[in-house]
Amino acid sequence: MPNRHRRSSRDRLLVTPEGISVPVTVASRGARFGAVAIDFIVMIVLIVATTWALIYIAGGVTTFDRRLEENSAAGHALQFLMIVWLIAIFLFRNAYFLFFELGPRGATPGKRLAGIRIAARDGGRLTAEMVIARNLLRDVELFLPVVFILQAGADSGLGWLTACGWFAIFLLFPLFNRDNLRAGDVIAGSWVLERPRRKLEAALSLEVEPRSEDQDFGTAPAREYRFSEAELAVYGEYELQALERVLRENRLQALESVYQTIAHKIDRNDGWNDERAFLEAYYTQLRARLEAGMRMGRRKADKFAGDAR
Amino acid sequence: MNAMSTGTDMAAGQASAIASVALRSDRFRLEREGDWQRLEAIVTRMEKGRLRSLSDEDLLALPGLYRTVASSLSIARETSLDAATLAYLEALVQRAWFVVYGPRSSLWGWLRGFLGGGWSAAVRAMWVDVLVALAVMVAGTLVGWLLVAHDTEWYSALVSPEMAGSRVPGATREALHATLFGQSGRSGMSVFAASLFSNNAQVCILSFALGFALGVPTLLLLVQNTALLGAMLWLYSGKGLLLDFTGWLAIHGTTELFAILLAGAAGLHIGRSMAFPGRRSVLVAAAEAGRRAATVMTGVVLMLILAALLEGFARQLVDHTFGRLAIGGFMLALWCAYFFAFRGNHPRIGKRGRKA
Repeated sequence: MPNRHRRSSRDRLLVTPEGISVPVTVASRGARFGAVAIDFIVMIVLIVATTWALIYIAGGVTTFDRRLEENSAAGHALQFLMIVWLIAIFLFRNAYFLFFELGPRGATPGKRLAGIRIAARDGGRLTAEMVIARNLLRDVELFLPVVFILQAGADSGLGWLTACGWFAIFLLFPLFNRDNLRAGDVIAGSWVLERPRRKLEAALSLEVEPRSEDQDFGTAPAREYRFSEAELAVYGEYELQALERVLRENRLQALESVYQTIAHKIDRNDGWNDERAFLEAYYTQLRARLEAGMRMGRRKADKFAGDAR
Repeated sequence: MNAMSTGTDMAAGQASAIASVALRSDRFRLEREGDWQRLEAIVTRMEKGRLRSLSDEDLLALPGLYRTVASSLSIARETSLDAATLAYLEALVQRAWFVVYGPRSSLWGWLRGFLGGGWSAAVRAMWVDVLVALAVMVAGTLVGWLLVAHDTEWYSALVSPEMAGSRVPGATREALHATLFGQSGRSGMSVFAASLFSNNAQVCILSFALGFALGVPTLLLLVQNTALLGAMLWLYSGKGLLLDFTGWLAIHGTTELFAILLAGAAGLHIGRSMAFPGRRSVLVAAAEAGRRAATVMTGVVLMLILAALLEGFARQLVDHTFGRLAIGGFMLALWCAYFFAFRGNHPRIGKRGRKA
């Protein structure tokens, strides 16, 4: 299949357990960065909202420190709120990704917005262990350098140096492998793919021409175009797909110039002012010819390929 | 030959839309389009998370439809040059594959299988690393003890001043005794427990994740932490408080140190399988070890929750050495029994199974 698997350098072939090879596209680094950024914003908002709500319940922070130490009922209530807060932060930090990636969509809200999701690298099932493994490492990749800097103090050269070295190893890890794997993906055996979304388009070869009649002043009744074997033999699959694209985009200029090229090549000019019908007929007949060849095991990749007949 | 029978076919094609189509590949497509669109509708609904709105029939039909469409794709690749149809089928098969082979168990379903034997099986599967980590921890403790016994200067190097507090060489027996007992009246211990937990959990996650660098940093982290322990043991034993200190430590320490041991072993397991992948590729070896280690690590977090509760509450409330030792010993026995004697039903892990 010429060209279809070469849309970008991020295309890979994945073999499902049924033995079907499915082309997939590895998510770009930009999309993944965007997804993580959105997720962090969501997490920060959640954390701030929780903190704010708990402070509101606690009734302000001014007397907080003093009352926390008290052994009274109010003190116990405050302690309870404090525990709720600590646990909530821990959960936000560690369970947020787990919860969403274990759902049927295999993506956090950020990933969903970026149009990406996680999958198993070997084509098999995505298991809970994989999701857990890839997210445990996230903690070390992203949060730890911040802790380094906080512990060493903002003006400690060594702290910054360690943090930068850390970033260089883990954060830049996806830059140095083909599949944009981060360290967590390596450990888990997962990768991040683009989510395909494509509607079934009408087949061109059976269109019932709903073309507007008013633009060509009553001329050109539906003409019948027949192309001879020799006229069809000049093009291959690559040109067929290019023609299909042009017909689907349906831009007048492009249609005209493609018509010119083909008409010149096969030395015909009877499709004047009726380019689309001419090209559709040529497309259908070229496809019929090439598909008939395919069934016989003969394929013609493009116009430069020799005809096997 | 110029007879592409388009015109005649189209003209005669009132009887059946499918029969009238000129191209075989289009006939192929029209005959199967219904299945494709049904699968797409099901997959779209599942992607949107509306599982409830799916009828049982649709759910049952999903795997069959997935295979039908997958085989349509392989046939289309060999017979059709309609790029749009091929692209659609490829995308549809991929989306259906995501759904069919997506995470099968919910977080809770997984947890059940995990506690029912998956966890202990994963621990047993890395017994070599557990032994290595144990040896390293024992060695670290000894090193800490010997270093400080040799030269007390080492104490301040191993134990940071703010952590040591009054527990410094030269402190009186009474001062040291006071750090072990008589804190049951202290308030705020629940907060203390919660913060202990989240601190310890992050340390354990760290020692696991550092296994990624071939396990060397994991070993260093284990040695560093246990050397500190060794130094403190030396300090208390010098004042004849060794047993009391052991009790103070054991009540939560058997659980906490066990958790640290497992986290270190999990890190080592990853590091070892990346350094010596054997016949597998490094990536495959890392992924296998990583999944097993992740299972263990989830358990480690649970153990740390328990350890923090013991440390925050039980140690403050049980104010005598015998009780502390009893609780600590009981926990140790419990963990050993669970990890090395309990067999459970672990192959079921990750599959909800049974409850269809």
